[in-house]
Amino acid sequence: MVLEAYADTILPGQKRWPGDRAVAGVSPDGGAVAAGALLTLRSEEGGMAPALDTLADRLDEHAQEYAAETGLDLDPTVPAFVSLDYPDRIRLVQRLTDPTHPEREAWTGLAMFSVIAFDAAAHSHTEEALAAGHVGLNIIGFRRPGPDGLWRFDTYSYGRQLARPHPDTTPSGSPA
Amino acid sequence: MTSSESTDVLVIGSGFGGAITAYHLAAGGARVVVLERGPWLSGEEFEHDFKFGSSSTRVFDFVIGDGMSVLSGNCVGGGSVVYFAAMPRAPRFVFDRQGRFGHRMWPGTISRDTLEPWYDRVAEALPVTQTGWDTVPFSGGLFGAACDHAGRTANPVPVALDQAKCTNCNWMMAGCRFDAKRSLLLNYLPAALAHGAQIRPLHEVQHLSRTDDGGYRVHYTVLDEVDYRVEVDSGTIDAKIVVIAAGAGATPVILKRSEPTLGPMPHAVGRYFSGNGERLNTAIFDEGRIREVLGLSRPDGVPYEAYQIGKGPCVANWDKLDGSLPEYERYSLEQLYFPPGFGTILAQVPDAVGPTWFGAEKKELLRTWQSWLTVFTMSEDDNEGEFGALPPSGNAVRLSQQMLARGSLRYQPTENTLRGWALSDAEVRDILERDGLSRVMPWTNDVVGAYTVHPLASCRIGDNPDTSALDDRHELRDHPGIFVTDGSAVPAGLTVNPAMTIAALAERAVPGIVAAARERGVPVRYGAPAPDGATSGRAAVLPLVRGTVQR
Ligand SMILES: Cc1cc2nc3c(=O)[nH]c(=O)nc-3n(C[C@H](O)[C@H](O)[C@H](O)COP(=O)(O)OP(=O)(O)OC[C@H]3O[C@@H](n4cnc5c(N)ncnc54)[C@H](O)[C@@H]3O)c2cc1C
Repeated sequence: MVLEAYADTILPGQKRWPGDRAVAGVSPDGGAVAAGALLTLRSEEGGMAPALDTLADRLDEHAQEYAAETGLDLDPTVPAFVSLDYPDRIRLVQRLTDPTHPEREAWTGLAMFSVIAFDAAAHSHTEEALAAGHVGLNIIGFRRPGPDGLWRFDTYSYGRQLARPHPDTTPSGSPA
Repeated sequence: MTSSESTDVLVIGSGFGGAITAYHLAAGGARVVVLERGPWLSGEEFEHDFKFGSSSTRVFDFVIGDGMSVLSGNCVGGGSVVYFAAMPRAPRFVFDRQGRFGHRMWPGTISRDTLEPWYDRVAEALPVTQTGWDTVPFSGGLFGAACDHAGRTANPVPVALDQAKCTNCNWMMAGCRFDAKRSLLLNYLPAALAHGAQIRPLHEVQHLSRTDDGGYRVHYTVLDEVDYRVEVDSGTIDAKIVVIAAGAGATPVILKRSEPTLGPMPHAVGRYFSGNGERLNTAIFDEGRIREVLGLSRPDGVPYEAYQIGKGPCVANWDKLDGSLPEYERYSLEQLYFPPGFGTILAQVPDAVGPTWFGAEKKELLRTWQSWLTVFTMSEDDNEGEFGALPPSGNAVRLSQQMLARGSLRYQPTENTLRGWALSDAEVRDILERDGLSRVMPWTNDVVGAYTVHPLASCRIGDNPDTSALDDRHELRDHPGIFVTDGSAVPAGLTVNPAMTIAALAERAVPGIVAAARERGVPVRYGAPAPDGATSGRAAVLPLVRGTVQR
């Protein structure tokens, strides 16, 4: 739940059900969580899996410190980070990923995996993800492959000269 | 340790520096073994798939450093398998660069003129041809039209690509499924094999030691083919000559790790790393303005929406490759494509209220992904990169099974570098934001530092022993018989894509390596034709090497 809330802070989505707490619900369609951020983080290939529990605990500790510092009341029924509203989640993640933060690598790593789940569906074959209507690939408008699962674009060029070349160009096309 | 295996020449790495030297030495009659830490894929194994574990992560290497991340190839064929195949020659002024020490960085024997015949050899071998405007993809056309509208010039770049086979799928970074990209898998490497060279994939070299007869012992581990973090075997091979071509992010680490057994390395090993002054900007185009201002539309009537369509960089702006400008103010701009994932995370939201690289506004920006255009700056940095503590093996600590690793490169851009980036950012804005065409933001350096796909100069050639690790024949100072022929030998940023220059330098280094091998009793001769048998490149260089190399 904590890691879902983190992924949702990176690329937010709509709540999956009324009362969904991990997803803050600040975007009208699916975000990193719906795109499979947790599957990507947990994938054996990704290598993050063994660190996830520790990271979730650590994130909660940071959220508690943040709440204490800013005088926020946390909801004891959910993990501390989940209890933060979206603007506070954003501020905390900004702090954790700042180039001067000692743990920044862990937090930018989590962010990278959240993004790669959203716009590349790295936990699943791209063709299958597209066929299943993967939300991230849909939102970026990633085109479908041909029937053999490969991409080809027969129409790809404006087909005409659109600028003058630099006067100092060699006949083979390099800078002189 | 006893060693049962030996060879004449041991080549480490199979990218440009390794493949070219391996071919010529094998063709000349030497026994050649190539050790390559990555897998050996070809043809149908190159998948159109972003899934972890597909070819896009198997052949690719992404090492996060402190202030600089390095992208490179990790497979037989090295960077040539994942690269975009833009192959311009470096401009003339580059060879006169002085840099921060105020003396010529390149050896006195190398200039654009003296390198030209070696460039020609590479152009014949791959081969390299100029892109025509009729095959420039929409993104290149859009960049060209915007340059023209802003009173600038724009050039279709020379590429190592078979246009007839290219499907404009834009999966080049996962390896070319259609054999359109003229990677080393299609020329130098098969020719080396035909002459008896052995190529061993998943063999990662860790360090070198000396043998009693003045040669070298190369110590390697064998990696698991799925999880590169796992070592399944190890061994050694003795060789009379070692050619190190593991790439600018790896070669200095192998040498540094060899210090306890080989003795001290030249001061410049692992120093003066250059990221080729690279910088990326993302432009978010207004489709309506593309039509109104530039008069462009695709055959289906849509102005652009074609970020996904194409084949890497095809059009470049070379207006600032002007030798009369001061050093650090010269750079090129190139239209580029980066696939989703690592390419998109670093794009920033123009005029963001909140965070620029993540959050709700970033998600909105992703909706316009098809209207993006990436512009790539290659400028003159200050060779400010330096390698730190040695990782236990390889050149970095691998975090994922494949691809993702943490390295020890430190890079803090100097004022000179930052100024070049600022000038080029302003130039990109001036061209692409003109008349409301787009909004432009550079990639953030806050997530993984600056970014380079063109690592250079961590073990460079030069005349001054204080600032270069190799003499002008690419031999490692104080360690005769060890040659370095990859991007790490290039003294400084090139202001254009480097593979053509790396390859030309490797071609140029071969006669010297042949001479050194002969001195060590290896019966090898210089003079092989291009891998496909073409001979005009050879005819042009033979007069240059006659006298230094007995044929
Ligand atoms: C996405 C991308 C796009 C690019 N596009 C272009 C372009 O369009 N034009 C251009 O000019 N350049 C481009 N480049 C850069 C180009 O690929 C490199 O400059 C070039 O490949 C460097 O050649 P090299 O011989 O120095 O090293 P590499 O080609 O990197 O080869 C080094 C090899 O050594 C292997 N290796 C490393 N360590 C060890 C070890 N310990 N033991 C054994 N083997 C080891 C590596 O796996 C690799 O195969 C691109 C690079 C990337 C990543």
